[in-house]
Amino acid sequence: MSRLTALLAPTALIAILLAIWEVACRVMQVPVYFLAPPSAIGQALIADAPSLVAAAGYTVSNALIALLIASLLAQGLALVVVLSRTLERAVQPITVVLQVTPVIAIAPLVNIWAGTDHPGRAIIALAVIVAFFPIYSGAVTGLKAADPDLMRLFDLYGATPMQRLLRLRAPSAVPFVLEGHKVAAGLAIVGAVVAEFVAGSGKVQGLAWRILDAGYRLQTARMFAALFVLGVMGAVLYTLLQAAERAGLKWWRGR
Amino acid sequence: MSVASLTDVEVDYPRGRALGPFSLSIGAGEIVALVGPSGCGKSTALRLLAGLEAPSRGEVARAPGRGETAVVFQAPTLAPWLSARANAALPLELAGTPRAAAEAQADKALARVGLAGAEAARPAQLSGGMAMRVSLARALVTEPKLLLLDEPFAALDEITRRALADDVLRLWADIRPAIIFVTHNVEEAVYMASRVVVMSAGPGRMVGDIAVQGPLPRPAHFRTTEGFRATAEAVSHALAQGMAA
Repeated sequence: MSRLTALLAPTALIAILLAIWEVACRVMQVPVYFLAPPSAIGQALIADAPSLVAAAGYTVSNALIALLIASLLAQGLALVVVLSRTLERAVQPITVVLQVTPVIAIAPLVNIWAGTDHPGRAIIALAVIVAFFPIYSGAVTGLKAADPDLMRLFDLYGATPMQRLLRLRAPSAVPFVLEGHKVAAGLAIVGAVVAEFVAGSGKVQGLAWRILDAGYRLQTARMFAALFVLGVMGAVLYTLLQAAERAGLKWWRGR
Repeated sequence: MSVASLTDVEVDYPRGRALGPFSLSIGAGEIVALVGPSGCGKSTALRLLAGLEAPSRGEVARAPGRGETAVVFQAPTLAPWLSARANAALPLELAGTPRAAAEAQADKALARVGLAGAEAARPAQLSGGMAMRVSLARALVTEPKLLLLDEPFAALDEITRRALADDVLRLWADIRPAIIFVTHNVEEAVYMASRVVVMSAGPGRMVGDIAVQGPLPRPAHFRTTEGFRATAEAVSHALAQGMAA
């Protein structure tokens, strides 16, 4: 399949679906508050563009701050934990429970702790919780994934535990950690959006709040416009991180 | 003078005995090939000599110093994030040699295995044969007294294999380490070794200790000489007997 076809096929499909949607709304005279036609969504997108971009900036910056914090915490803990099997066992149930508990269920509690005056703190905290696990588990797996023959070689030359960790296990973990960050970035956005929904006040200026606010006013077109921006933002972030992962792997492998 | 030896060693694993009783002594500058069927404990014997494993019973004598024993595994076993130079310098750096000195030594070792000019390349940019040469350079960088090769060419094609066999013999002629190498290949054993030790099916015991006549490194057409063929025949015969035992 040529590049052109690869680009054209999804574009054509989306165009066809949008056309069907537009025509159906007009022919069946669907009320705008129930389902807005694509043309109305397009208009809302243009009219709201400045505030939508600001909202997207708010959400994405919270998510990125959370990603940074989660990255430091997760890698730090992974480094400590692989030094001792007992410690790893001790930490495991807590990390698993944190991972399997839906973030929306923890959100109200975190909101109380953060205080109603600081919804931003709650948003970042929740996004950290969801972004933590993929990086942590990637780092732990990677730190244990060193080539066993290279381990033997380090034994043969009398490497110290510190040399083993810094010169063999940590570099071996790099591909796993990169993959963990890619997954974590998407989850950080999810965490930030969920937290915004739960915080649900005018103090939060993120995309989730735009969706809620438009919903209260039955402005479906504006809801779709915010959703559209959210989707694009996620896709852009994912693409950027995929490129970063590729570049990282290229640097790691030398090609 | 013996460089390393195993005396009546036995190795037991939870699933049963892996090796022995088995004894082997190697003199300075000797090249010994260990041949035997799969699972006879050849690699276990090598790990005992490297000090990577301890025997259940028996004695292991080896040079105690860091870098006096070197191992080349079946795969090149290089760190993908390091250049050929940094890979070859690794044993020295782990021993605390300053980086500049270690890398200078590594460059010399790489030149010795025919990789001058490829010092900055990463393992992923090298062919299988070249990666194996880096692995050899890394083993030689500490100027070991004993070099252990665990089926080092098994994953390579025949032409690369033969070229590397000649390279190893040339290197041996330069620095004269004692070499013990494990192989499945009878011809390779006879071509490279001054002595072929044949092991029985697992748990391995020695069923043959056959001297190979002829100069080392091998002259051209050594494989077609009568002596080569007769020795290979004797090794094959001992192998067959060891399988039946």
